[in-house]
Amino acid sequence: MGSFFADLSTNPFLLTGLLAGLFASVACGTVGPYVVTRRLVFLSGAIAHIAIGGVGAAIFLRYQWPDLFSALTPLAGGAVAALLSAPLLAVLRHHVSERLDTVVGALWASGMAIGLLLIKLTPGYHSELMSYLFGNLVYVSRGDVAALAALAAVVVGVTVLFHRRFLAVCLDPLQARLQGISVLWTDVVLLSLVALTVISLTRVVGLILVIALLSLPAATAGRLVPRLASMMWLATLLCVALTTLPRIAVYGAAVSPEPAIVLAATAVYLVALALPARWRGGGGGEGQARG
Amino acid sequence: MSAATSGPAVEVEGLSFAYPGADELTLCDVSFQVPGREFVGLVGPNGGGKTTLLRLLLGLLEPDTGSIRILGERPAKVRQRIGFVPQQSGVDATVPATVLDIVLMAALGRSNWGPRFSSRDRKAAREALERTEMLELEHRPWSALSGGQRQRVLIARALAFRSEMLLLDEPTTGIDVHREQELLDLLHTLNGEMPILMVSHDVALVSTHMNRALWVNRRLTDLPARDLTVARVERLFHGDNTCHPAHDHGSDHSSEHGGGHGDPHGHAAEGEAG
Repeated sequence: MGSFFADLSTNPFLLTGLLAGLFASVACGTVGPYVVTRRLVFLSGAIAHIAIGGVGAAIFLRYQWPDLFSALTPLAGGAVAALLSAPLLAVLRHHVSERLDTVVGALWASGMAIGLLLIKLTPGYHSELMSYLFGNLVYVSRGDVAALAALAAVVVGVTVLFHRRFLAVCLDPLQARLQGISVLWTDVVLLSLVALTVISLTRVVGLILVIALLSLPAATAGRLVPRLASMMWLATLLCVALTTLPRIAVYGAAVSPEPAIVLAATAVYLVALALPARWRGGGGGEGQARG
Repeated sequence: MSAATSGPAVEVEGLSFAYPGADELTLCDVSFQVPGREFVGLVGPNGGGKTTLLRLLLGLLEPDTGSIRILGERPAKVRQRIGFVPQQSGVDATVPATVLDIVLMAALGRSNWGPRFSSRDRKAAREALERTEMLELEHRPWSALSGGQRQRVLIARALAFRSEMLLLDEPTTGIDVHREQELLDLLHTLNGEMPILMVSHDVALVSTHMNRALWVNRRLTDLPARDLTVARVERLFHGDNTCHPAHDHGSDHSSEHGGGHGDPHGHAAEGEAG
């Protein structure tokens, strides 16, 4: 652990990695509470796996037609697939009343299968794919950090604009509809934010494990604080701690940090589950004047 | 409350409705009026169409035939003027939110941008909470409230910003008898200002507390609430509710759900003299 701080001054990758984790945590802590309260965990998992299809497609297209697709980075490909899947999944949620989970499961698995298939058709890229599936902060450039900061700003900005609609749709969709709010469009916006957050988290934990960071810190926060807005602050802090501390703890050891991050998130959630929820049994809300 | 209440509050004429893909009508040739400040109970068996009628009155469903006018307008147009109180399970108790958060939902629909409600909206929400005696719990989390408290918060939400009519869906579910009486007292007070339509499965409650009962079992029977005796309900329950609509839906397939209690009067479901 001591060696991490010793290396921090000499190894610039460690610092960019920490910054990447920080900005991804802001997006994650902001969107996570909606994912948990609107019960979007499964749909978010589908978005992450459909993004794998986009990553594979970008790698394949760039190999086949380098001139045409030079600007299409694998992460950009993943982002396009994730953003396209958001409205599709929102529409499915609203119009498929039976066996929605089966339909979403099919998309989930097919997205990943397409990614794996296209990678197989592209010689020599298999190790790179692993970094998208399981995360690797060593690949993060300064440009990536700037992009992550921009994504975090977009996610926070849209959330500030839409928060009251999001909360209404989470709380009571029927009443939201009676107030003239389109629940479908609200879900489209919400799932698009999830798509952006999934992409932000790709380098940090990888697309396979993204779902843990999207749901567990927010669910933990939900056990501890009585309002959605406070849930976001706490979830962001938890994300920062969870993407940083396990990384430092296993630094230099022969284990990769991403599984450690996910297991730490699960452990923290289990501890929160064991605690009695603060607001149960009344009171609880004092001093919660903030909107 | 307003000039619009000079006409009937609710006017339903020849209303029929079937869910897409269903081969039976859920509601058949339903007509009724609510002239003024009445306290009307919508009663009937499960699956008889009470909730469907409520959804039609809210403009969430469109009638296949017939018309609905609320305060003289189409339902979708007057949503902002009538208060709807859903079953308390309509609010997701796992979402962290306070009492004030719930009531403030009523302020949505004008300007929804930005994270906070204006101080004017907050003031109106607090006034509504005052009317249902819930103001002191404004910062209490929804999940910490009892059933009776939740119902009062939802009534406050329905009253905030609009108070020309109140529609309630089974408000007494999960409330003990003492709280139920308090809730009905509150509704009676509000009834002095506005008509109230309330879906209920509790026939005794409707017969003792309301002016009028609408028995909904595909067809609608309109009767004074005090006539809703056990014997009458028994007859209504077993009465013929077959549908012989004047147009399209042929009468040939209606024989299969006649219920075997062949009412000779056929059309006017339970057409006895009382």
